[in-house]
Amino acid sequence: MSFQDLLAERGCLLADGATGTNFFKCGLGAGDPPELWNIDHPERVAELHRSFVEAGSDIILTNSFGGNAYRLKLHNAQDRVFELNKAAAQIARAEADMGERPVLVAGSMGPTGEIFEPVGTLSHEGGVAAFVAQAEGLKAGGVDLLWIETISSEEELRAAVEGASSVGLPVVTTMSFDTNGRTMMGIAPEEFANLAASLPQPPVAIGANCGTGASELVATVLGISGADPNAIVVAKANAGIPEFVEGEIQYSGTPDLMADYVRLARDAGARIIGGCCGTTPEHLVAMRAALEAHVPGARPTISDIEGGLGAVSALAKGEGPVRAERVESGRRRRRRR
Amino acid sequence: MSEEDDLDLNSLDDDELVQQMHDDLYDGLKEEIIEAVNILLARKWTPYDVLTKALVEGMRIVGIDFRDGILFVPEVLLAANAMKGGMVLLRPLLAETGAPRVGKMVIGTVKGDIHDIGKNLVGMMMEGAGFDVIDLGINNPVENYLEAIEEHQPDILGMSALLTTTMPYMKVVIDTLKEKGMRDDYVVLVGGAPLNEEFADAIGADAYCRDAAVAVETAKDFMARKHNQLASA
Repeated sequence: MSFQDLLAERGCLLADGATGTNFFKCGLGAGDPPELWNIDHPERVAELHRSFVEAGSDIILTNSFGGNAYRLKLHNAQDRVFELNKAAAQIARAEADMGERPVLVAGSMGPTGEIFEPVGTLSHEGGVAAFVAQAEGLKAGGVDLLWIETISSEEELRAAVEGASSVGLPVVTTMSFDTNGRTMMGIAPEEFANLAASLPQPPVAIGANCGTGASELVATVLGISGADPNAIVVAKANAGIPEFVEGEIQYSGTPDLMADYVRLARDAGARIIGGCCGTTPEHLVAMRAALEAHVPGARPTISDIEGGLGAVSALAKGEGPVRAERVESGRRRRRRR
Repeated sequence: MSEEDDLDLNSLDDDELVQQMHDDLYDGLKEEIIEAVNILLARKWTPYDVLTKALVEGMRIVGIDFRDGILFVPEVLLAANAMKGGMVLLRPLLAETGAPRVGKMVIGTVKGDIHDIGKNLVGMMMEGAGFDVIDLGINNPVENYLEAIEEHQPDILGMSALLTTTMPYMKVVIDTLKEKGMRDDYVVLVGGAPLNEEFADAIGADAYCRDAAVAVETAKDFMARKHNQLASA
């Protein structure tokens, strides 16, 4: 079943949970690339997918977030892009097809970690080529759609969508809004919605992932759905924020909090909802139940979100920054283009 | 080319020129910064005054607007690049004239972590504030930090981590410094997306720095305290 058909049939889809933070519990070393497990420990990758399917996910994401040549180069695996991505797709495909219920496989594509021209060194063509190579591997392994996530710059967004679109599958794209309600590179949710709609090949769905906790992410969803009411919006929040407890990192969000997040994200306009870092199968079970039982409510306000999920930063609320320091004199000014 | 591009920096008096440099840093105009540095030097400004009054002050404003969410990473990178253009001219002159040093920092991303955009930003903003910065790059085991400390004798040690699974390594480095009896010789600053103040306290760092601008403010603050201690000793 295609992405569009399944979405039309169910109205709202549950995506899956975290990959990296769940793998660390299975023995992935700090800083090691999870993508190598597609070849070295495929059974562990399959097990995580299975736990998400059993918890009720309609879409599972492949273990290929860092599977572009620029990321893999840091582990001297830049020549294994096709192999690792194809294997990632095959593992997820097999798990998705195990049961009666249709489950979609989305090929996860994260950022290169490079800064694009003109500020940085990576050219548009270089970026596109990296994403094309990854998309080809994922397609060969049998994904239903491609899922670009955690992007922060406009240049990388353009390169990733162009590269992913080249293989003829639907493309979902989410950015990470983690800096005062914007991406690290300064893009606001509303700008992203307008930008995505103006791309030569607009993504079939757009949204937000990761960032700084569930409350801020729902605020971001409000911004995106407000700017483009026709967009199919994705929400994929972290399970709270990381805390350091007795030498170990734990995410603060409980299953109950993530259930509240699902209800608020749904009313804010999201039609594909999942979890990012720290989201376990246990969280997903609660999220599935919340989605099934959900009675549509009014579009939430920022204070509804803060009441349910915790504080939202001032800038993400749309309160303008105070710019006190610069003296606006009458001098002639040259400005950057 | 617009009419505004015709502004002749030579026609500005010192105060106007310094103001213009603040604006040009803000806008990331490297060639204009280089030109203005040369003009001030030709007007017999000391290299130290050019550094502190024009460049460092300009970058301070950039840092404040970055902290407050007005500027973002791309603008700060361009500003830092413009600053660097000026520093290429000033650095040898500062060394020659024996100008006072602001401070020295060794910085690196910890073992297992390969993220460096945030760490690079801190390094650039620290240079922008006049610090000497020794950048160890990514994936640093404790030995790298110890060697660099030995070699460069910094005032400040900075560590960065973007992963929740690599941030505990900062504690390994701090514990090693304690074992060797060196911990109190250096100010240890930590940063990275998943960190917070409680974490910095828990591992025994001197401070958590939320972003590059806060890192600079915190570093200056510690340097001022250090100078006060030396003065009163």
